[in-house]
Amino acid sequence: MEWHLISPELTMAVLALVVILLDLVVEKKHYLPIVSAVGLIVPLVLAIDLWNEGGLAMNDMLAVDKFAIFFKVLILGITAMVIMSSWRYVNDKFEHLRGEFYALILLSALGLMLMAAAREMITIYVSLELSSMSLYALTAFLKDRKSTESGLKYILLGGIASAILLYGMVLVFGFTGTTHLDGIGAALADGGAREPGLLLGVVLIASGFAFKIGAVPFHMWMPDVYEGAPTPVTAYLSVASKAAGFAVILRIFFEAFGEPGWLYDDWSVLWGVLAVVTMSIGNLLAIQQSNIKRLLAYSGVAQVGYILVGLAAANAAGQSGIMFYLAVYSLANLGAFIAVIAISNKIGSDEISDYSGMFKRAPVLALVLGVCLISLTGIPPTAGFMGKLVVFKAAMDEGMLWLVVFGVVNSVIAAFYYFKVMKVMFIGEAKSLVGIPSDSGIRAALVISIFGVLLLGIYPYALTKWADIAAVLLP
Amino acid sequence: MEQLGTGESVAFWIFAVLGVTAAIGVVAVKNLFRAALLLVFCFFTVAGIYGSLSADFMAVAQVLVYMGAISVLIIFAVMLTRDLRHGNPFNRGWAWALVICAALMGLLVFVFIDTSWPTIEATQVEAVNQVGKDEATTSAIAESIFDKDFGFLLPFEIAAAMILAAVIGAIALVRDK
Repeated sequence: MEWHLISPELTMAVLALVVILLDLVVEKKHYLPIVSAVGLIVPLVLAIDLWNEGGLAMNDMLAVDKFAIFFKVLILGITAMVIMSSWRYVNDKFEHLRGEFYALILLSALGLMLMAAAREMITIYVSLELSSMSLYALTAFLKDRKSTESGLKYILLGGIASAILLYGMVLVFGFTGTTHLDGIGAALADGGAREPGLLLGVVLIASGFAFKIGAVPFHMWMPDVYEGAPTPVTAYLSVASKAAGFAVILRIFFEAFGEPGWLYDDWSVLWGVLAVVTMSIGNLLAIQQSNIKRLLAYSGVAQVGYILVGLAAANAAGQSGIMFYLAVYSLANLGAFIAVIAISNKIGSDEISDYSGMFKRAPVLALVLGVCLISLTGIPPTAGFMGKLVVFKAAMDEGMLWLVVFGVVNSVIAAFYYFKVMKVMFIGEAKSLVGIPSDSGIRAALVISIFGVLLLGIYPYALTKWADIAAVLLP
Repeated sequence: MEQLGTGESVAFWIFAVLGVTAAIGVVAVKNLFRAALLLVFCFFTVAGIYGSLSADFMAVAQVLVYMGAISVLIIFAVMLTRDLRHGNPFNRGWAWALVICAALMGLLVFVFIDTSWPTIEATQVEAVNQVGKDEATTSAIAESIFDKDFGFLLPFEIAAAMILAAVIGAIALVRDK
């Protein structure tokens, strides 16, 4: 086997181990975030270097294709931005757990990278657990009442979701006799019978991953976990694990369940219905929130609904649309969360009412948060608009007008609560005029996200061309 | 079931009935310590089911890992918990849970009965049974995980990383801030 095919994963694992060992021997712990963030360049470069190379690694269990590399680059970028922007927060909130924090973030990212590339069900499941185990622990890192409670909730519900997912995988395995996705696809394409056992397996697998991405009705854990977890972990959770979850869903449903035609039609409708329910309920619940982290949690649920529109379209345009949307959503959501990290570090509150007059206290942070919220709403010239456009267009190509109508109506509803936050920040009375300090890491991460949101809004071709090339999954 | 011998069928049904009874006992018994012991018994019946299906390695692993290690952990945790007066907690939404679980079970039973599961030919069953009688499955499992084409080595290694993450997380959470 050619080892360079799995070099991004190998170097990522080595980086995590280096951070763990450095934490043991080095006295000056402030090197840890620098080592972690700079070290991420190695797997990033190695992943990009594999772009023009295709292949299968480790007994065909890992796919080294453009699809996987696109997601690996996205996940590595998100991880780097989270680490960059969180070192001050980490110093303040859990000074003695710095090494563990960075090591767990890196291990979790390793799991997500493997998820994006895995094409065998046992590998998919174990990678999912690798990322989840790290995130369960990170959620409870603050060790106060809320954080502990959210960690416990996350691990219990996550365990149940894993059990459901495994049950679905077992049913599909029992039906096809293989755990390799291409083998499943071949077995299903031959035997065309519409057996209830197979359908139940597909539905259970969909449920397990719907939990991971937080689609309604499997979204109950999100607001509590988002509110209780340390804010950098929330930021990471809200984008990286969703991106990898969608990568796995796309790969399983296109490669394993892409044929026969009736199965394909069935899951297209399944995801379409989930999309409508997810965006509607996410938005309705978001309107009532008074805590910014809970609001972003429910807005994240609604965003998953829009992304699912691309999955329901189930065509190549939908695939590349999902990839573009995920990148755009990650930039905007990370920008919003990083601004929240900076603000809550200073004012010690996540209540939206405490953001009153934030424009006068911290004009730059308030502007960045505003632009990110505009992008999440989907208003031009921000990238969020282009993201919605490509995803909805993919659904239109398949004649799913009802889905697009729901999407557009929901986008308008969503504007209500995004603008509410902006109204408080820009028009509200400032409670004090003390500025909000930010450090170089936060500033760099915010520049990246704002630059990305505006660039991709004005010139989306810069990314859509890569997404189009990378959308290579075929039944 | 007709592919198993009579002895295996009898053993399967004994273990299956005992296992389900023990599992119901785990959630229904008021005394938490007894519930833990019933859980251990449930693990044992699962090992028995593996045995009746000629999965000897799985049966031994089940006994070693679940009955040996995990049951000790659970019983320690129960005994170290200070407030045991309330016993096994009952959920006020149990009626709803019962309805949903019954519906789910009905669905699963329907699916299992209604699906025509693909089965292997009778001659292959003979061959498999022959292998099962001649040698243990352990070496075959080792072969499929660690063979020179990397078998299932990758998930095995990822599981190692997962355990590392779990250990780091557990230590971090019990340490002082």
